[in-house]
Amino acid sequence: MLETAATHEAAAGVSYALRWIVALPLAGAAINLIAGKRLQDAAGRTAVAVLGSAMSIASFVCVVAAFLRLRSLPVDERLLLDTVSSWIHIGDLDVSIALAFDPLSAVMCLIITGIGSLIHIYSYGYMDEDPANWRFFGMLNLFLFCMLTLILGDNMLVMFVGWEGVGLCSWGLIGFWHSDHTNTAAANKAFLVNRIGDFAFLCGMFLLFWSLADSGKATLVFRELAHAVPALEGMTLWGMGVATLVTLLLFVGATGKSAQIPLYVWLPDAMAGPTPVSALIHAATMVTAGVYMIVRLNFLFSMAPFTMQVITAVGAATAFFAATIGLSQHDIKKVLAYSTVSQLGYMFMAVGVGAYAAGIFHLLTHAFFKACLFLGAGSVIHALHHEQDMRRMGGLRSYMPVTFGTFLISALAIAGVPGFAGFFSKDEILWRAFLANPVIWAVGLAAAGMTAFYMFRAVFLTFAGECRVEGHAREHLHESSWTMTLPLVVLAAGAAGAGYLGVPAALGGANHFEQWLAPVVELEHAALSHAAGGHDTTLEYVLMALSVATAGLGILLAYLIYIRKSLSAATFAAIGGGVPYRLSFNKYFVDEFYYGFFLNGVLSLSRALAWIDLHVVDGIVNGAARVVRISSDFGGAIDHYVVDGLVNGTATVVDRCGAAARKLQTGGINAYLYVLVLAVILVLFSRAW
Amino acid sequence: MENVLSYMTFVPLAGMLAVMVMPRDKHEVIRWTALAFTLVPLLLGIWLYGDFDGSITGMQYVERHTWIETYNIQYIMGIDGLSVTMVLLTALLCPICILASWNIEKGVKGYFMLFLLLETGMMGVFCALDFFLFYIFWEVMLLPMYFLIGIWGGPRREYAAIKFFLYTLVGSVLMLIAMLALYFHGEPRTFDMLVLMERAPTYARSFQAWAWLALFVGFAIKIPAFPFHTWLPDAHVEAPTAISVILAGVLLKMGTYGILRICYPIFPVATQQFAFWCLAVLGTWNIVYGALCAMAQQDMKKLVAYSSISHMGYVMLGMATLTSQGINGAVLQMFNHGTVTAMLFLIVGVVYDRAHHRDINGFGGLASVMPVYTGLMTVAFFAALGLPGLSAFISEVLVLLGAWQYNQALTIVAASAVVLTAGYMLWMLQRVWLGPVNEKYANMPDLSARELVTLLPLAVIVLVLGIHPHAVLDLIDPTLLALNRTVADAVVVSAQLLH
Repeated sequence: MLETAATHEAAAGVSYALRWIVALPLAGAAINLIAGKRLQDAAGRTAVAVLGSAMSIASFVCVVAAFLRLRSLPVDERLLLDTVSSWIHIGDLDVSIALAFDPLSAVMCLIITGIGSLIHIYSYGYMDEDPANWRFFGMLNLFLFCMLTLILGDNMLVMFVGWEGVGLCSWGLIGFWHSDHTNTAAANKAFLVNRIGDFAFLCGMFLLFWSLADSGKATLVFRELAHAVPALEGMTLWGMGVATLVTLLLFVGATGKSAQIPLYVWLPDAMAGPTPVSALIHAATMVTAGVYMIVRLNFLFSMAPFTMQVITAVGAATAFFAATIGLSQHDIKKVLAYSTVSQLGYMFMAVGVGAYAAGIFHLLTHAFFKACLFLGAGSVIHALHHEQDMRRMGGLRSYMPVTFGTFLISALAIAGVPGFAGFFSKDEILWRAFLANPVIWAVGLAAAGMTAFYMFRAVFLTFAGECRVEGHAREHLHESSWTMTLPLVVLAAGAAGAGYLGVPAALGGANHFEQWLAPVVELEHAALSHAAGGHDTTLEYVLMALSVATAGLGILLAYLIYIRKSLSAATFAAIGGGVPYRLSFNKYFVDEFYYGFFLNGVLSLSRALAWIDLHVVDGIVNGAARVVRISSDFGGAIDHYVVDGLVNGTATVVDRCGAAARKLQTGGINAYLYVLVLAVILVLFSRAW
Repeated sequence: MENVLSYMTFVPLAGMLAVMVMPRDKHEVIRWTALAFTLVPLLLGIWLYGDFDGSITGMQYVERHTWIETYNIQYIMGIDGLSVTMVLLTALLCPICILASWNIEKGVKGYFMLFLLLETGMMGVFCALDFFLFYIFWEVMLLPMYFLIGIWGGPRREYAAIKFFLYTLVGSVLMLIAMLALYFHGEPRTFDMLVLMERAPTYARSFQAWAWLALFVGFAIKIPAFPFHTWLPDAHVEAPTAISVILAGVLLKMGTYGILRICYPIFPVATQQFAFWCLAVLGTWNIVYGALCAMAQQDMKKLVAYSSISHMGYVMLGMATLTSQGINGAVLQMFNHGTVTAMLFLIVGVVYDRAHHRDINGFGGLASVMPVYTGLMTVAFFAALGLPGLSAFISEVLVLLGAWQYNQALTIVAASAVVLTAGYMLWMLQRVWLGPVNEKYANMPDLSARELVTLLPLAVIVLVLGIHPHAVLDLIDPTLLALNRTVADAVVVSAQLLH
């Protein structure tokens, strides 16, 4: 009854067949994973690639149609709903397999299926030598299905299906080349670290559900939660506000999925997967799920100021810390991986200070430029026959002009050069961070400077200077095929232009993006319009100028070191006796610490328990049998048959290598025991009667 | 179909008699006969699934005959929402196990006879509503199991079989004592469980307490709950594949089934008293301890055996909570564990048949060699580690959700096993299926049609129940809610007041 009340409060929503958005990639995955091998053997790898790509593009078309439908609705009625079926209904728990499409889901789905489709096309070129294209495209399609389920899920449990489902796909794709143990170890690491987050996420979900049940509004449906969560006000558990505890637990889940401190360690290793996977899953989409989840539940997080401070701090720390690691890596994909961790930190910084729309805006622009950077790196790696070390690249500009051009545009975007996408979104975040806490802003600014440096270090080392490529690969240097360059061009266009969706008022824009998301982040929107009166544009200009200057400084430094060579990288590496450099290069030894402390801890505990189980717990059992046997020597009058059985049992234990065992195994024992057992039962029954 | 339960129970026994009269060297005929006689209960089970009315909380398909009049012992069969799932699980797994036993070459006739007798015992346990009858079936099941492990098992089969037998016998004796105590406790004397349930309020607190504990130990051995679990890894390691499947798939459930069928409704006050320590705490310990022990194993079967100990802990925790989510989750978990762990043991059996060892570190790269096998393995492994969208997730999340309302600290400890479970499952997966191909096994043939038939139906069930769990939940929910109420509302009514 109470649930129906909640339903009435929630927005009604327009019924719309959203299920096709997820069903098409699922169908593609099912066909390719079940029959793909045969299909590929019969019709060649083009068939499986076309199938996978077609399903992705078809899903994109469905998303666009849903988006247009959504836009045609009045602003405060923008919600499409599709209840596929009931799922679990036990007691207070009533969850359906239901999908919802609102302005936030629209943005996410457009990114996922749009960039996803481009990456499917790109993969056709990239995976041209792989015999298991069917598995690759099948997993890629399955990933789209899971990711879209995560986004479209109308309640937390359906979201969780997608949430762990993307983990499965990530596992399967990181370890795609599974004959190498490095890859599968990275895959397992990713899944396990994510599971730690998922464990917290589950607990948060349980706590939320039961706390609401106490107030008579048990629900996990997002739309209903928005109206139900005010009931958490004043509730406490273990001396902490329930809202704070729930959001902290959910945030731990987000740090796993979105690679934040302390659970970021899996993402750099995840680069073991094929590069299109890194672009799609580990840059543009899956890793942003944590940010999405927080924005989806912004009404809940806004109730917990302490959690918000934690998120801001973790985001800023991650942005800075990961950037420092990015400075010194030689592997081009590792640079991009730490850059992703760092950029995700910015997004958390944004949502932490309540700038939800800005967080999603950066998520959007980052999806373009980081996917483009990864695919560009993939194009280089493909051309160099899987060489990833930038020290063995260089001068590729003339061989791969399209790759170079698009990579450069994206590097300009991520560095925050004015006019490019990253400039608008990053500055929005820095501006909002400054308003919340200038210290956070300063940390973000420093990270931005480092970002500009390490990105241009990568650009210069890879594309400029003399060519350091050796041997066979050098002779075959060439631009990649059109299936690979076309996605690069489209993504570069996004990296250059996507920022204009959200030009801030200070620069004479209308910030369409923020307007579009306004219905989802009502609270933030209301707070902003409230504060709009005292808006200081001068301060905003000053901050903007500072961040542009910082970015310029980073690029200049990279130029001086790697092009002009008027400064030497070695000089910088030697600062402080080389300690900072070694810390950065070795990623602060965090992996070593986790392995030594947590992993070995659990493994030692498990070995110790297994030993105890075998020698102590089971030892007592065998010992008990022995005691019975000895006591039987003294008289054995209690129950002749049962004790006899025990003696035989002990005999096999004690002397199983001895003559007794050999005698027992002759087969005669079976007939004997059969009689024995029957006798025991007869005796038991004769007593019963 | 008045007597459907008797048919399901005794058709396999008829099969045993049929096999008995066959010449011992006609292996093919014996196998097909056994298969036919296990398919009958399966077909009846499918019919039963359609016909069973899940909205009724009482017993259905009840058969009642006087058996031994002097002692008022009756032949009562009947099922409710609790037992129907177990009957269906048994009917499903038995034909699969017959197929999995196809390549048994030693003592074929004896093997299939004992197997058919085993099915009769198992069905009977789940259908019997007279305690005496229940006990008889319980013992009937014990004997063939002993011989199936002791004769057709691995190198240490004698030790494992005797250990299994003695352990279970201890449980039987305790059960027997409690049963007789119940029998002599009221007038007129009866073993009729339904009558005993009605008399529950008249049982004094102290009587409930010791009888509950006696029964509990008997059932805990079967589950198996720590510290009575050490027979299980030994039995699994030595048992042939099909017997492991039955052992983990059906026999373990008899422990938790017995608690729900007998301890809960007949001794509800004692249940309230002991649920926390004996079920919730011990169950949580089972979950974590089993998972940690599993992680250290080198033998694939031992690992799966410890994972069973861990997964059965969820059942104990769920039933202890007395919440609708918890208890539904527990019984659903009994069914889901039955299918998932059956798949796991079948999967281990496939490589064991080919390589004749189960050393986790002795393989490598099987994914490149056996793609179909690997695909089905992936479904089973990810179901076992509770991936959302697959069956076991639903039951585990229901258990944990119910447990959270019951006791948050225990839930957090129990839920931490999601990390450990993923750890040992994926680590085994990596060592056996991934990595460079072990040249020794580079030519291992992929699944045969027969093996595919054993695994595929289970995989389908695992997938379907992940999306449509109400296919089972609808059968059990009303019964379990009524059981919850029985226990939650129970108080001891003093005997004087009754008169």
